Order: sequence, then structure tokens, then C-alpha cells
Amino acid sequence: MNTTILLFLLQDGITNGAIYALLGLALVLVFAVTRVILIPQGEFVTYGALSYAMLATGQVPGTVQLAVGMGLVAFALDLFFARKALRARLVARSAALNIAFPVGLLAVTYKVAGPTTPMAVNIALALLIVAAIGLFLYRIAFQPIAHTSVLVLLIAAVGCHLALQGLGLVFFGAEGLRGPALSSAAVTAGPLRFTGQSLAVYGLTIAFIVGLWLFFGYTKTGKALRATAVNRLGARLVGIRTSLSGQIAFLLASMIGAISGILIVPITTLYYDTGFLIGLKGFIAAIIGGLVSYPLTAIAAILVGIVEAFSSFYASNFKEVIVFTLILPVLVLRSLAAPAVEEEKD
Amino acid sequence: MTQRLPLIIFALVMAVIPFVPGVPPFWIVLLDNIGLAALVAMGLVLLTGVGGLTSFGQAAFCGFGAYTTAVLTTAYGLSPWLTLPASLLVSGIAAVLLGLVTVRLSGHYLPLGTIAWGIGLFYLFSKLEFLGRNDGISGIPPLSIGSYKMLSPDAIYYAIWIAVLISALLTMNLLDSRTGRAIRALRRGHVAAEAFGVQTPRAKLLVFIYAAVLAGLSGWLYAHFQRAANPTPFGAQAGIEYLFIAVVGGAGYVWGAVLGAGIVVILKEVLQSYLPYIFGGQSQLETIVFGILLVLLLQLAPTGVWPWLMSRLPLKPGRKTPDTSLKLPARAQAGPTSSVLLHIEKARKQFGGVTAVNDVSFDVNAREIVALIGPNGAGKSTTFNLITGVLTATSGKISVQGKEVENAPPQEVVKLGVSRTFQHVKLVPDMTVLENVAIGAHLRGSSGAVSSMLRLDRADEAGLLAEAARQIERVGLSDQIDQLAGSLSLGQQRIVEIARALCVDPMLLLLDEPAAGLRHMEKQRLAALLRQLRDGGMSVLLVEHDMGFVMDLADRIVVLDFGTKIAEGTPAAIKTNPDVIKAYLGAAA
Amino acid sequence: MSALLSVADVHISYGKVEAVRGVSLEVAGNEIVTIIGANGAGKTTLLNAIMGILPLKGRAAFAGTDLAPLDIEDRVATGLSLVPEHRELFASMNVEDNLELGAFRISKATAATSLEKVYALFPRLKERRKQLAGTLSGGEQQMLAMGRALMGAPKLLMLDEPSLGLAPIIVADIFRIVGELRAAGVSVLLVEQNAQAALRIADRAYVMELGEFVLSGAAKDIASNERVAASYLGFQHEGESAI
Repeated sequence: MNTTILLFLLQDGITNGAIYALLGLALVLVFAVTRVILIPQGEFVTYGALSYAMLATGQVPGTVQLAVGMGLVAFALDLFFARKALRARLVARSAALNIAFPVGLLAVTYKVAGPTTPMAVNIALALLIVAAIGLFLYRIAFQPIAHTSVLVLLIAAVGCHLALQGLGLVFFGAEGLRGPALSSAAVTAGPLRFTGQSLAVYGLTIAFIVGLWLFFGYTKTGKALRATAVNRLGARLVGIRTSLSGQIAFLLASMIGAISGILIVPITTLYYDTGFLIGLKGFIAAIIGGLVSYPLTAIAAILVGIVEAFSSFYASNFKEVIVFTLILPVLVLRSLAAPAVEEEKD
Repeated sequence: MTQRLPLIIFALVMAVIPFVPGVPPFWIVLLDNIGLAALVAMGLVLLTGVGGLTSFGQAAFCGFGAYTTAVLTTAYGLSPWLTLPASLLVSGIAAVLLGLVTVRLSGHYLPLGTIAWGIGLFYLFSKLEFLGRNDGISGIPPLSIGSYKMLSPDAIYYAIWIAVLISALLTMNLLDSRTGRAIRALRRGHVAAEAFGVQTPRAKLLVFIYAAVLAGLSGWLYAHFQRAANPTPFGAQAGIEYLFIAVVGGAGYVWGAVLGAGIVVILKEVLQSYLPYIFGGQSQLETIVFGILLVLLLQLAPTGVWPWLMSRLPLKPGRKTPDTSLKLPARAQAGPTSSVLLHIEKARKQFGGVTAVNDVSFDVNAREIVALIGPNGAGKSTTFNLITGVLTATSGKISVQGKEVENAPPQEVVKLGVSRTFQHVKLVPDMTVLENVAIGAHLRGSSGAVSSMLRLDRADEAGLLAEAARQIERVGLSDQIDQLAGSLSLGQQRIVEIARALCVDPMLLLLDEPAAGLRHMEKQRLAALLRQLRDGGMSVLLVEHDMGFVMDLADRIVVLDFGTKIAEGTPAAIKTNPDVIKAYLGAAA
Repeated sequence: MSALLSVADVHISYGKVEAVRGVSLEVAGNEIVTIIGANGAGKTTLLNAIMGILPLKGRAAFAGTDLAPLDIEDRVATGLSLVPEHRELFASMNVEDNLELGAFRISKATAATSLEKVYALFPRLKERRKQLAGTLSGGEQQMLAMGRALMGAPKLLMLDEPSLGLAPIIVADIFRIVGELRAAGVSVLLVEQNAQAALRIADRAYVMELGEFVLSGAAKDIASNERVAASYLGFQHEGESAI
């Protein structure tokens, strides 16, 4: 093997790995706070990517209507669960978040959508739409069953994935889409050529890791989210609204998913169901990271990307087999190193 | 017989359905599909609902079953009946290999691991040349008896449903047995089960293999039903769907699997055939509705439909009263009072840099009640865990009746006649008091999984239940014998733990805070029971915070503080020991 | 004088089992009230329901506000605080983070003075402020749980079995501090199995049996009641008291 190919594969692997790292981080975040294993993460990726791609061609994506619809359901649920003590402030807050926000988004999207809309506006719109969907998804699907077992939450997550993927087909059609690159600049270093796009991938991944670290270590909200993850009842007893923590976690995760999508849609064509597989690879990284460690997850994600790049070069037929069985040796090591004493839990 | 009656009625109804005039052939196809899914889901009921091991990978085991027969019948021309054992064997072997890797994983690693290898295997099926890659294998011969070929859906219908009924019967037999109790105890963690001799890794592997073999059976039937095998029905989506079936029906209930399969298969069919009429030809609309219904159902009935249905029917399961005249062979009585039963010499346990137990030495003699006291975090429970083998000592020697324990696992320590209760009660809340206590007698029975499934274990089983009933009577909980353990008060649950420990027929009983939650009168009754046990030849080592109780009961007291023994002696001596007053009792004592 | 906490004819059920039946209770300002009784009598259930962890039937009001429509989080905001039996600390976070989160609902400035007060009350916590909560000893964890609850400047502190699993010598310390809280203007509702110690510091007491209050009155009258002595003060009464 020559060094150029080696370097090329490494670069390719690291670029993909960085995306997996972002998704892995989001999965860890959501699991830690809500115990939900976020199977629909892949849909956040496709929704973000394809909404952006459609906006770039001047069309209004169906996702914005979905956001409005989900907002209405979320509002109805808020009213239903607070029916015994409807206070004006509560209703107003819920209406602002669940109705005014998505409807406003819809209005803005219809108003500015067009072939000449600046790219930054399209990105912002795509992000906000997916963020709204993520937020409402937690409110509708998970908040009412937040106290149940990981298994029930997991199956609910699968249900969300199925529904969102089906809706993806309705919104985006069976044809794949590609979006415009964020930047056409490129830097050459030796045999390697770094596009602006891949530099943006690296930059944003690092920014997110640092950002999450600062957020959880030093802000009150971040600490409250961590507290929710460590001990739900304890968190409630000091007045932290765990449902809010869950919504924040989903908001962050959906935005991270959308950003990942927007970053890759200029590189590869995405279909309505591509996200699932991409999400699963972030997932592998998150599992290797034990669903708790951010740095470990990021490193594992890079590793997954590199293994994937090399196996697609040498054994492209078995690329997926190799990537998904990569997890087995890791799990074996984990189980060998696992402490003998079980946690005291009911 | 009353237990079997609903089963027989169900079997008769299923047998008659194809003969009912006017039943559309399409219904039979649906019923075939329901049966196939029910088989896989039944394995999941045992694995996930009962054993607490969640698997998303069951579809892959169907794949092993289906592809094995597909290859053997098409490429080598073997008869389908000959490939049945081969299919089951291949699924079973695959389960052993994957199980050895995954089953030991704790918590959520297991389901995640199964998703990963489930997807990995799907891609493997679709890439291997000899499995026909994405196209799969077609031209699989039908099942046949003599010259009768089961070509039509209503011919193979009987094969499928006989398989379902037999599997259900075997599964229920298995659950209602010594092995079954061990499996049911898995979900509450391995420590309690292991303390009574259950080989938990083996029990976990057993259910894992059992579930895989059922899936393999389903796959084998599927291959001969479709007469073709391709990767799609064995992918991640299918694996998820099987788990969904088990949860919808009610994970933990054998008939829940059949009910869940019925609900899901019919629902999917209805959605697929009617939605396009209502909404026009939108593709994948059924997936959307299916997903939404799934979320909705979990919000409305997170425990599944079967238990919901059962609680509305006036059926009450009949309970057999154990015949307490049956006796199990007892252990030889302990020697005279002076002999040392438990000897601990310089036991030490370090967790990282923290020394939890610091060179602690003490003895427990035969026919003696010794109390271990000290503040929380003094190392009392850790000492218990060292004695019972839950933790391995960093250094030091622990021996029972002169036999060195040498870091034996809990399953070996209990064989030496050491049994225990736990500070945090570790009963299986949805098992009855009798069933919980019978786990204590696990090592005094011998029937394995196969003999339980075939009901060859009844004599053995009756002996175990009789012993359990006798110990329950001894601790005074006969009135609660058929109640679910989770419905008792915490104090009573502690007493149930004592009965369970007594089922071991121990020489040394380790009790971790047995009096917590008891009232004065109940404490007195407990003290009387412990004295009676001592006078009968047993020794007791107990951890307790109620100083009145301890001072009154114990022959000797050992005081720990920060992992170190600071005093040992009679209650009278301990009460006045200045070190103990300073570290533990306080000035007012 | 109107009561700070007033609970009237409360019923609490787990499924079909009624764990608390028709219980009424009041706590006034600057008062220590204790509920004694065996484990399983329904004491913890009652505290949890007052806090909103379990649903209750009946009337419960705190500081003039009806508690029924309020979630746990809103009840915390009204000045009601619970230190639960299992303490529910944030085990993988350090002592100071735990305390800081205790002041989640109040302003930063108030939180700073709260922190000083808590450190003054529990100097041990100040020494260990960078240590992870999960690595503290049992007694220190109880102190941290109380400190975290006090950070939110509650009007009423509900303590569930604060002495559970602690050395008698530390129990004495905890009870001394509970006594000091009254002087600082915090009312206390104390659930204890260690009846003797609880009755010594309380103003009033309720005796709970099988989900009902069977006796109530001034703590010293309860302590001298023969039936109570036989049922709850038991061993400690016969031998020398542990505390």
C-alpha cells in the first residue's frame, strides 16, 4: 500500500468519523439526560440535510409543516396534562413555544424561500425547523412515558424512527438530493487536499465537543442537565424540571443531527432513509464510549470512520459487516473489565 | 388439569379454523404469519420479559434457521425433516458464540450489542455468495409427509401451530420449575441468585440459546412456507418488530407473545391494505401510522395487552399447596460449641486507593450469635460480601469449618453451608413468597431445563416446594405464602429473605440488618427465632443498628470503624469500651 | 395562627392497596413535628405524597397555597423541601455542585449567603467541598442531603429517617442540628423510627400505625405514653439508651 492511499483513506475516515462523533455525542447526551436511546437521530440528519437542500432550490420543505403540526399536538398535551390547574402564564408560555414559534417559522420560510435566498438563511431555517421537531418529539412521544424502563423508551424511539422515516419519504420523495457546499475554498497539504467543507466538519466537531464540555461543566443549566442524568428524583427535589431537561437535550441533539446533515449533504447524495445508517454508526461510537464518556465517544467515532474507510477500500462488500462487528471485541473487553458488583437499582 | 383446559380449548379452536366454511384463504396466511412471529416472540418473552435480557437480534437467528435449511435442501438435496435439527443446531451454536460475548454485558449494553450484531449479520447474509447475496435462495422444497406435500398455506398451518403450541407448553413448564425460578430471578440482578448457587452466566446463556432455537425453528418453518429465503426478513427492522410484538403482548407472558403477534401482524396487514385507499397511493404511509400507533400504545399500556386483558377476566390461577410431609436430606449438624465455624484472618479489601476492610480478623463459633456493628461505611457489608464470595479479598484468609474459601465464587461458598440475607432486599417482586423462598433450596434440587420442560422434574420440584413452605411456616409467614413478594411490607420482605436463607439448610446464617423496619414485638419474635436456630445448632452472624436488639441477643459483638476492628467482646464489655463509645455509641451510652 | 402545612383527611394508595387512610396533620411556623411508627406504617408514603412524588386524595395546603395542582418542582418553589430516605444525592458530582444545585430555584446572591449558612452548620462539608458526593461517608451524605435542601431556603424541611444506618454518635449530631434549624426559623417535619431521639427534640408528635394516626399530642406526653413506650421505645427503654 502506498502512503498516498493511506493518507487519503485516513483523511476520508477522519472526515466521516467527525460526523459520527457529532452524532455519537448527541446520543450520549440524550441518553444521559432522558435514558432514551435516540434511534430517530438519523432522521434529524436527513431532515436537516434535505430541508437545507430543498430550501437551496427555492422550495419549502414539508418538515416545516410537520413542525407546526407537532407543535399543535404538543400544545394540546400541555393543556391536557395541566387541565386541573390552567394558569394564564402556563398557557401563554406553552402557546408561545408550541404554536407561535413553529407558525412563525412557517411564515418566515414561505416568505423568504426562493432560489436566491442566502445560504446562511437556509441553514438557519433548516436548523430551526429540525430543532422544533426535536423539541416537540420529546414533548409528544417521550415526556408522557419518561418514568418507564429503558426498554419501553427504546421501543418508543423505534416507533418515532419509523414514523419520521415514513414522513421523510412523503416530504422529500424517493430521489436523493444534494445540497450546495458551504465553501468552495480548498487547501492543499502535500498529497492531500482539504476542502472548505471538510475543514468545516473538523471545526464544528471540535467546537461542539468544547462547547458541550463548557456547557456541562460550568453553566447552571448544564449542571442541572447532568443532575437530571445522575438522579432524576434528586433533581426534581431541588426544583429542576426534568421534562425541561429532556426537552433541552432533544433540542441540542436534533440541532447536532441537523448540522451533521447539512455538513454531509454537499459531499454525498442523501436519501430519505440514509440517515438511519449514518446514525447507527454514531451509535456504534456511542456504545464504545459506554454511553457516558464524550471524549471516548469522539475517539471511537473517528476510529469507526477510519475502519470504514479502510474496509470500503479493501473489502467494500463487507464494509458494513466489519463496521458493525467492530463493536464485538470492544464489548468483550468491556465485559471483562466490568466490575463484579452490580449497581443497587430497582 | 384446570391449568391445561384453556390451552386445550385454544388448540381445538385453532384446529377447526381451516375447516370453517367461508374462512378466506388469506386469513390462513395471516394466521401462518402470526404463528411464525409468535414463536420468535415467545423466545423474547423468556429472554427479555422474564430474564431481563433485551435482544434486537432475534431476526438474525431466524435467518440462521432459514438459510441452513435453504442451503442444505437446495444445494445438497437433503430432506426438510433432516434439516430441522440442523437448523436448530446452527441457530443454537450461533447463540452460544454470540451469547458468550453479549450475555455478560450489563444494563443497556446488551440491547445495543444485539442491535450491532443483528445489523452485522444482516449484511453478512446479503453479501455471502453461497447464500445468494441480496437475491437469496429460492426453490426450497416444501415440507412433506409421505407423498403429501404441504404446498398451500393451510397445509403448513398445522405444522406452524403445532410448533407454537408445543413451544408454549414447554416454555410454561420451564418457567414453573427450579430452572425457571433461576431464570426469573435474573432480572433482579445476579447477586441474590448466585448467593443460592444459581450459575447466572449459565442461566443467561441457556435462555439466550432457548430463544435463538425458537427463532431458528420459526426461520426453518418460514423457509419452507415461503419456499425461498432472502436477507430482508432477517434484518434490523424485523428484529425490532419481534421485540415490539413481545412488548405489545406483554413481555413476561407466554401467551402475550401469541396475542402480540396477532395484534401486530393483523394491524400491519390492515394498514397496508386499507391506508392507500383512504389516502391515495402514498407509499410507506403504513410505516408512519404504525410508528405513531406504537408510541401511542406504549403511552396507554406500557406493560402490554395480555396482563391488561387478564386483569379484566375473572380467571384466577389455581395454586397447589405444597405437601410439607416431603423432606429433603439435611446437612450434618455442627459440632460442639467450642469448634470454630468461620475463621477470618487479616481479611483486607481495597477499592482503588480506599481500604474498605483493613486486616480484620475474628471467628464465629458453632452455636453462637455474633453481631457486627459500626457506622455505615465501616465495612460491615463489605465483610459480608467477602465471606460470601461476592467480592474477592485483596489479602487475608477466610475459612469455613477449617476449609479455606480462597476467593471461591458465591455459588461455591453457599455449598459450604453459608447463606445470607441482604441489606437492600433482593427478592423477585412479581414472584410469590413460596417461589422466592424456593430459590433458597436451588442447590438441594437437581432437575435441569430439559427435564423441567418435559415435566420429569415433579418429584424433585415437590420436595423443594415442601422445604420452602416449611421454612415459611417457621418464620411465621404462612398466611402470605401465595402473595407476591413485592406486595409485602419491607419488614416482612426481610423475613422472607431469612426463610429463603434457611432453605439452604445452612450452618452459618449471615443477616444484614434483619430487624430494620420491624416493630418491637416483631423484633422480639425475630430474636426468639434466632435463639431457637442457635440452640438447634446453627450459628448467626448479623449486622444490625438497633443496639437494644443487638445487646440483648448477641453472644459476642465485633465493632468495625473505617474498615478496622476496634473492639470485640461480650455485649456488656462492648457497652463500656471507651473506644466504641468514642467512635460509635456516643457519650450518652 | 394559621398552620404552615396543613393536611386534612388524606388517603394514598398504591394500586389497590391503601397505604395511608384518612390522615390529618398540621405543622406551624418554627415548630418541629415528628411522625413515629414502624417501617411500613406509611410514614415515608405520606411525606412523598406531600412532596408530590405520589398522588394523594384529600386536602393539602402549604403556606396558604393549595398543593394539589403543583408538581414537585413547583412545591419546592413554595418553600417546601424533602430530604428523602435514600437522600438522592448527585453521586458523581462534587459537594459544592450538589449544594449549588440545591439553590437552583433561587437567585445567585441569595444562594451565596445560603452556602455560607450551610457551611457554618456543617463545617465538615466545607472541608470536603471538592469531593464527589458518592464517596462521602453515610453521615456526611446525610449532612449533604440536608445542606442541599437548606440551600433552597425552605420554610419547611421534611426529613425522612435521617438517622438510618448512621452511628449513634453521628445521629446525636444530626439531631442537634435539626434542633438548631428551628432557631433559624425553619420548621421541621421529621419521620423517624428512632422514636426516642425524635421525641426528645420535637414539639409535637404523631404516632402512625398501618396507615393511620393512632395518637397525637405534645412530644413529651407521647414519650410518656405507656402504649408508645411498649411498641416503639422497646429495647432502648429497657437497656441503656443508645443515644
